[in-house]
Amino acid sequence: MENHSLLISYSDNKLSLKLKGEFNLYIISKYQQQIEKIDFTNIKYLHIDLDALLFLDTATAIWINNLISTLSKQNIHTEILCSNKDILGTLKLVKEQIEKSSPLPHARQKSFIYSIGEQAYSNYTGFLLFMAFIGELFAVKLHYLKSIKNIRFKEIAFEMNESAIKALGIIALTSFLIGLVVAYQSAYQLKIYGANIFIVDMLGLSILRELSPLITAIVIAGRSGSAFTAQIGAMKITEELDAMRTMGFDPYLFLVLPRIIALMIAMPVLIFVSDMMAISGGILVAQINLDITPELFLERFNNVIDAKHFFVGIVKGPFFAFLIASIGIYRGLMVKNDTQSIGLNTTKSVVESIFAVIVCDAVFSIAFTNLGI
Amino acid sequence: MKNIINVRDVRTIFDDKVIHEGLTLSIREGEIYGLLGPSGCGKTTLLKEMVMLQRFSSGEIEVLGHNINTITHKVAQELRRSWGVLFQGGALFSSLSIAENIALPLKEYTDLNEKMIDEIVRFKISIVGLKSRDALLYPSQISGGMKKKAALARALAMDPKLLFLDEPTSGLDPISAREFDSLILKLRSLLGLSVVMVSHDLKSIYDTLDRVAIIDNKKIVYEGSLENMKYEQSEFIETFFRNKNE
Repeated sequence: MENHSLLISYSDNKLSLKLKGEFNLYIISKYQQQIEKIDFTNIKYLHIDLDALLFLDTATAIWINNLISTLSKQNIHTEILCSNKDILGTLKLVKEQIEKSSPLPHARQKSFIYSIGEQAYSNYTGFLLFMAFIGELFAVKLHYLKSIKNIRFKEIAFEMNESAIKALGIIALTSFLIGLVVAYQSAYQLKIYGANIFIVDMLGLSILRELSPLITAIVIAGRSGSAFTAQIGAMKITEELDAMRTMGFDPYLFLVLPRIIALMIAMPVLIFVSDMMAISGGILVAQINLDITPELFLERFNNVIDAKHFFVGIVKGPFFAFLIASIGIYRGLMVKNDTQSIGLNTTKSVVESIFAVIVCDAVFSIAFTNLGI
Repeated sequence: MKNIINVRDVRTIFDDKVIHEGLTLSIREGEIYGLLGPSGCGKTTLLKEMVMLQRFSSGEIEVLGHNINTITHKVAQELRRSWGVLFQGGALFSSLSIAENIALPLKEYTDLNEKMIDEIVRFKISIVGLKSRDALLYPSQISGGMKKKAALARALAMDPKLLFLDEPTSGLDPISAREFDSLILKLRSLLGLSVVMVSHDLKSIYDTLDRVAIIDNKKIVYEGSLENMKYEQSEFIETFFRNKNE
């Protein structure tokens, strides 16, 4: 059985409401609807009887208070009958607070044009901030490389282990599979023309020049770039970065440069591993599908693939590493003082660094081709 | 008076570190109860055990008549609606504005219309001493003290019968802290709230608490009113309350 009820009764120009039992925020919406249906045009007096009310919470008190104030605007006089001190106290508290406060403001609806403008402006300022970051990075680097004593070998070694050596396994596996897949797909086509042996030329060129550097960069961006953003972002939220600054430890020196240098050193090594693994994937498929023995494969490889193709791939490494590490760290520094912003910036860091790596790769491609390398 | 919380012989062990060694205490309806003790004695841990955030190794805790060791999911959900918890750092949801933070339980659990929810939010914001114009700000845009007030408003959103406060006045300026104390007293007398709080604020302890439990060295060294405490022998009580008792 419900332990609450509302009795509505009329007499001439007087409306009486009698509340019984316990009223709380779970039940009042039903009674609100009942009262909204009442036609108040002929009513001059409202009589609210709270004597049988056992308990009311603040939500109910707010409702009664609102009812009284809306009705008084229509010149309807209200009278409350109640002898319970707590209930009167709650009503009084609510009345005081509502009178004291102003209505809640509402968020302005943004127009389409406004959002476009806002987005464009934030992208523009984001770009400027990134430029400022790069500028500060180079300024610190110049200052830092003045003496060999300044180089923080320990941190660099630690970061190389964390963000590169520990990534060897996943890079090796991914590259091996990519080599396998590319070889497998082309083996079928080459067989049709009887050009089996050309698989060596094809794999050698594509893997050494393009595939290995790109795969390595993408894995590192997803694995280590995002870790940089999350680590530095969390340090920013817990005010660790501010603590470092006040103690005179420049975060650029202690956190930023070691990460960038470590990744720039390690990246060519990772690309080399990736090269070997992808080619071994190719050798496996050539043996199984095209009956090319590993000896034959390697002999052909030695004859047709110049060393320059290998170096073109390796040279890209430090550039990619610089882009990934600096974007990852920059995004980490952009984290604001809330948890959402870590997720947002980590996503951005991965997307932006992969995009930057691909753009950089395209530039290299055009440059090398025009230079005849 | 009825007990709303009974803690019986609770033992808590983290890995191989014993935090609580047989805690027993009871909290009565309508009282403001303090958990005191030196840092690291497990006050917050006990509070978290009461609100079912932290498991304990053995013993029993009963909240509002439900034994939380054997509680069903459905009853537990109902129980969670009938209390409000204020965390040390506020723990406001950072993706929502202050007003949305307070309105969230109202929107999820009641069928009130938007206008009514707005009015309730306005009242809660005003009662904890914030201004309506702050309602649209996000937690990252406000100070620590404001976060605390907003978090209290959220804890009060559903008019709970039972309120858990973890260091409510830390990080507040003295004026706000005293206002906070008088607000707690007022809410208790008007709405029949029962309050369990962890506090280090001596002024607040003397002004608001009816009874206290002092946890020291894994055990409860004292439970009872503040007046009777001076007869008790404990290193913590002597150092913590010395200035007042002298």
